[in-house]
Amino acid sequence: MADRQALGHTGAPFRLDVERGKVREFARATGSSNPAYLDSDEPPCPPTFLTTQFFWQEGKADAWQRVALDQQRGLHAEQEYVFHGPPPTAGTELTARSTVTEMYTKQGRRGGELTFAVMVTEFRDADGRLVAEARMTGVETGGVPEAS
Amino acid sequence: MTTGRAALPPAPGPVVHGPVTRTDFVRYQGASGDMNPIHHDEEYARAAGFPSPFSVGMFQAGLLASWATDWLGAHNVRRFRARFAEQVWPGDTLTCEGEMVGDLEEGGERYVELELRCARQTGGVAVRAWATFAVPR
Repeated sequence: MADRQALGHTGAPFRLDVERGKVREFARATGSSNPAYLDSDEPPCPPTFLTTQFFWQEGKADAWQRVALDQQRGLHAEQEYVFHGPPPTAGTELTARSTVTEMYTKQGRRGGELTFAVMVTEFRDADGRLVAEARMTGVETGGVPEAS
Repeated sequence: MTTGRAALPPAPGPVVHGPVTRTDFVRYQGASGDMNPIHHDEEYARAAGFPSPFSVGMFQAGLLASWATDWLGAHNVRRFRARFAEQVWPGDTLTCEGEMVGDLEEGGERYVELELRCARQTGGVAVRAWATFAVPR
């Protein structure tokens, strides 16, 4: 059950290094054969690569855990990445921090209440410059989500 | 008035993936770090009321992102937003496509805006996405 107390909670900072091998693995897993990702010494992050924050955002850094959406009734509703300039390239050390910025409910089309939660993660480079932001919207349905 | 803007590379046609398999889902999960068992564990998915594991929404979003960066360049993406609609099941064939819907100047830079879709073989849209790319001069 989603916990409204999570609203406003900020996790501890965590580090995410953009690594060439991870970029290659991610690019291949998302159907890309773009040489900019596969052959470059310093490939840029693919547009959705920062989802790999899953690997690094653990323990106190994991603000999303507080939201406590039921994993069997929880769904990913929307995901956004914003880059303030070219996406960071392999070799960039990012420091990130996540905050639960919104929690709200809506009435579902098929009945039942939907609980939405939004988490924003800011990624800064070694100079403290904000280089990217991730915005994740999750939803917990009232019952088992209907298979489409 | 701006005249004679450089032409963009021609828009790629639709790109078809699949039929997608559990292996595709697992490979994406390993790459992304999202190990939610509902996308690979048969028993877990059934216990949650689903007929089988289903794909990770972010896998389809990633396919759309690849379609867009193949067109407008890996270094040029500035915004990418995906909204998840229909679930994708093992055996689905996915078609990624999109088009330019905006072309603007901001702070002396040129940006183009895209709308993207990843559709299943049923015609149902699994993921819609919106992206902004910088256009280098």
